[in-house]
Amino acid sequence: MNKIAKLFITFISALTLTLTSITSSFAKVEGDMIVLGSAISLTGKYSSNGVHTQNGYNMAVDRINSMGGVKVGGKSYKFEIIYYDDESNPKRAAQLAERLIKQDGVHYMLGPYSSGLTKAIAPVTEKYKIPMVEANGASRSLFTKGYKYLFAVLSPANQYLEVAIDLAVEKNGGKGVKIAQAFEQDAFSQDVRLGILDAAKRTGSKIIIDDKLPKELNDMAATLAKVKATKPDVLVVSGHTKGALTAIRQISEMKVDVPMLAMTHCDAAKLSKQHGKKSEYALCASQWHKNLSYKDKFFGGGKKYDKDFKKEFGYAPPYQSAESSAALLVFKDAFERANSFDRDKVRDALKATDMQTFYGNIKFGPGGQNVAKPMILFQVRCKGDTCENKVVAPTKWASDKFFHPIPKWSERG
Amino acid sequence: MDFLIFQVPMLMVQASLDGILLGILFALIAYGMALQWGVMNIINIAQGDLVILGGYIAYTMYLAGIHPAWGVIVSPIIMYFVGWALYKLVINKVVDRDLFISILATFGIAIVFQQLMNFIFGADVVVAQSEYGTTMLFDNSVTLPNSKIFSAFVSLAYAVALVIYMKKSKLGRAIRATAQNARAAKILGVDTEKVYAATFGINAALCGIAGALISITLTLHPYVGLPYTVRSFMIVIVAGLGNLPAVAVSGMGLGLFEEFADYILGTEFRIGAVFMLLVFILVYRRFKLSKKREYLK
Repeated sequence: MNKIAKLFITFISALTLTLTSITSSFAKVEGDMIVLGSAISLTGKYSSNGVHTQNGYNMAVDRINSMGGVKVGGKSYKFEIIYYDDESNPKRAAQLAERLIKQDGVHYMLGPYSSGLTKAIAPVTEKYKIPMVEANGASRSLFTKGYKYLFAVLSPANQYLEVAIDLAVEKNGGKGVKIAQAFEQDAFSQDVRLGILDAAKRTGSKIIIDDKLPKELNDMAATLAKVKATKPDVLVVSGHTKGALTAIRQISEMKVDVPMLAMTHCDAAKLSKQHGKKSEYALCASQWHKNLSYKDKFFGGGKKYDKDFKKEFGYAPPYQSAESSAALLVFKDAFERANSFDRDKVRDALKATDMQTFYGNIKFGPGGQNVAKPMILFQVRCKGDTCENKVVAPTKWASDKFFHPIPKWSERG
Repeated sequence: MDFLIFQVPMLMVQASLDGILLGILFALIAYGMALQWGVMNIINIAQGDLVILGGYIAYTMYLAGIHPAWGVIVSPIIMYFVGWALYKLVINKVVDRDLFISILATFGIAIVFQQLMNFIFGADVVVAQSEYGTTMLFDNSVTLPNSKIFSAFVSLAYAVALVIYMKKSKLGRAIRATAQNARAAKILGVDTEKVYAATFGINAALCGIAGALISITLTLHPYVGLPYTVRSFMIVIVAGLGNLPAVAVSGMGLGLFEEFADYILGTEFRIGAVFMLLVFILVYRRFKLSKKREYLK
């Protein structure tokens, strides 16, 4: 009896498997739907940014579909996305990518949130030759592996804070500066560090403190005490939201005076809200800001995107949402230029992308990274108790002047 | 290697004070762990997550407009009942069993707690502001956040209170008796079940205090519990079970050692250095024990 039951179960499961694989082989384009797949962090430690990413994707899908969809071969198609929750876990993300491709028959992928998860998925999409446009994996190592099906709409991590060093040198009359830096030991932050090393070499600057913060650490008192003792011209910190919040907390508590402070993840950390005036004058790298003057016909410009996004989701879009929306625009453009659903033709079309979106210009370099868009820097500025992020570099979009040097703590109210 | 700390003597003072202040806070968490490890023979992997939950209680108060420092009173009360409930739900089924089972069980609790906190409080890193300002010493060359001084004092006060409680009160004596010999205590009329529940509750309350202090000194995130578990585990290993002064000294010692390792070896070796020390201490202890005749393997 037991044997028969087992046999029966095997038979049934084999049958369902065959059936799903038959139906799924048509799943890439069903009727007038272009089905995209994405594993995304809806739970786990990346869940807040995962949701920002998903909202960005959804907003773009709705917008493109309501404005005529994607025209391929004279017919109009609509986008649809299959989402799975990767639980912020790289292993799970890789499994889900396989599932999307093999079971759901997805032929085009959108990226997950974070460099780590994108790194986990990229080998899978590459193996099955599935074009993936990703918007939230900035680590340089993603673009040095020779991936052919990976395209990133964002600037790579090493570019995040290079501009800040240039700015410091400029303020120093073109002479090299003394840099103190503290970076978390993860792929992304270490890539940011490499960018600083390049910039230091280029400008003849000297790195006097080069601390690598352990991931589990949320105390950087030792680094800051060293900064106090050595008096660098610029302090650079990158350690995701935890790093940004810890740095501001301890810099203000230990009264560390530096002329310039450059960081990443300020907006994700809601720095100006959580730390208020203590975060004033911090310089932050960002992929996007609503004040930039880029335009496209779907979202208009940054300010309109900001307004529409607020209306739909009830909060101001962080850059994670904006870049995710841009990924869909890139896909639409590529499908239309390829005028086909052939994966390799779509890939070639993606490769040849050269367009402007509300998020910025997009053109892919040999490794798949976006080479057409510079990073921007904003500075936290406060009026009374309300603090805001003001774009200060590059000068083309600067809404405010870069405030330098940061006043000493003894002079700050 | 970096010898900046020897060139600038004030850094030495700064490092020592930072290490000691942080060490006292960790010692409080470690004491809770030592207590319930000693009494119930359970290694609580969820220790750090209880700490973070305590921190979120203080953070919630902060959001509601109450000063987060009140968390050091409210949080332990709530956490006591959380600990008590945890005992009744899960721990009482694994107490007296193999150590491995209790590790698995508390590991499971840790995961559930992380996900629950993520669900309730979100995955963002948060901080509560105490606005306590800074103490500056030696012409501003040594700066100590008052929040850290405050947390060291609160930790010490609670630790002293607990020592007195354990010595004088009926429950304290029952807890100590159970730790020495559960069976004998039972025969003499101690309700060990109650003692266990209370011990677990007290441990959770200590975590609650530490959490509230961490919300104003460091940062909170649903997934940063594990480092606190590991740190307190290490302190307990070094200090031994049921010995509060040793736990306090070992907490401060490790804090100091860590700060100096940071300055001399570099930040990236900070935690590595502590683990090296742990290995060294364990090997040394074994070596010393093997010299004693009365030691039975």
